[in-house]
Amino acid sequence: MTKTQASDDVLTMAERWRREGRGVALATVVETWGSAPRPVGSHLVIDEHDNFLGSVSGGCVEGDVIVEAAAVIKDGKPKLLEFGVADETAWKAGLSCGGTIRVYIEKVE
Amino acid sequence: MRLDLIVALNAERTARRAAIIVTELASGAQRLVREQDVDQDPLAAILKAQIRSGKSGTAEAEGGRSFLELHVPPPRMVITGAVHISQALAPMARMLAYDVTIVDPRTAFATPERFPDVPLLAEWPDQALPKIDLDHWTAFVALTHDPKIDEPALEAALRAGCFYVGALGSKKTHARRVEHLRARGLGEEAIARIHAPIGLSIGAATPAEIAVAILAEITLRLRRGPEAKA
Repeated sequence: MTKTQASDDVLTMAERWRREGRGVALATVVETWGSAPRPVGSHLVIDEHDNFLGSVSGGCVEGDVIVEAAAVIKDGKPKLLEFGVADETAWKAGLSCGGTIRVYIEKVE
Repeated sequence: MRLDLIVALNAERTARRAAIIVTELASGAQRLVREQDVDQDPLAAILKAQIRSGKSGTAEAEGGRSFLELHVPPPRMVITGAVHISQALAPMARMLAYDVTIVDPRTAFATPERFPDVPLLAEWPDQALPKIDLDHWTAFVALTHDPKIDEPALEAALRAGCFYVGALGSKKTHARRVEHLRARGLGEEAIARIHAPIGLSIGAATPAEIAVAILAEITLRLRRGPEAKA
């Protein structure tokens, strides 16, 4: 009778991976402007071997977030990244829907 | 995020209680605020509004910008009465993301043909309700007109602190119901939480329109709290 939200699995996995001793980072959509594919609060969890679960954009910027997450797992410093069409690199890692999102990446300590 | 915060957050979510992770974006400092501890938090007013809105977001506060990551349980709706109004109410409530369960011991009413895709418990409330675990994130709606079914369920819903409790019936029916609930030992304050006549006053005439009136009233309670007027 309980329904699992998509983010439930992500946080449960973050807990499990960290307990197993893996290096883990958690990425969270903290702000959106325009039409963003995933709402504020959406999570992506990444481990040190680039395994990941969840989504922050429905696929458009996950690749970049995973690369940045590797650095966050190494040095432990959180990062705040912005993605959107206003950015010159839009075609590289853009949001096809025309929105802008800000993603916070932090290490699970 | 610290692992102990994730563990504590996951425990709250499993227990179907709201919780917020507050992250100060400048420093990265984080804390978990449980729903029952919100009043003691420096951002109490903002956090309460956030819980009502049902959304995560950022907030400007003393000491800078914070990200408020909200976790609220998926809302439930429990209906007594596999009746005509329920046939409209259940699918509409599902569109509003409620987990709907219908309780009606009358097996002629509670049939899958009448309610495709809705969990039906063809049992009396005292058998069915303990399985559902009514809570603060549950809306309860009594629609049978039969006091033998509605009243024990109303009592359970009020004692469980459901955020919305509504009962179909005329003022006369409700007056009689109130007498019975008093006799069951419920206080005036609890009884006053029942929305009766049920639904916002929008002139609803058909079962589907009554369902809209009920859902509008439930949404008002969910988003604006127990006192707000429509």
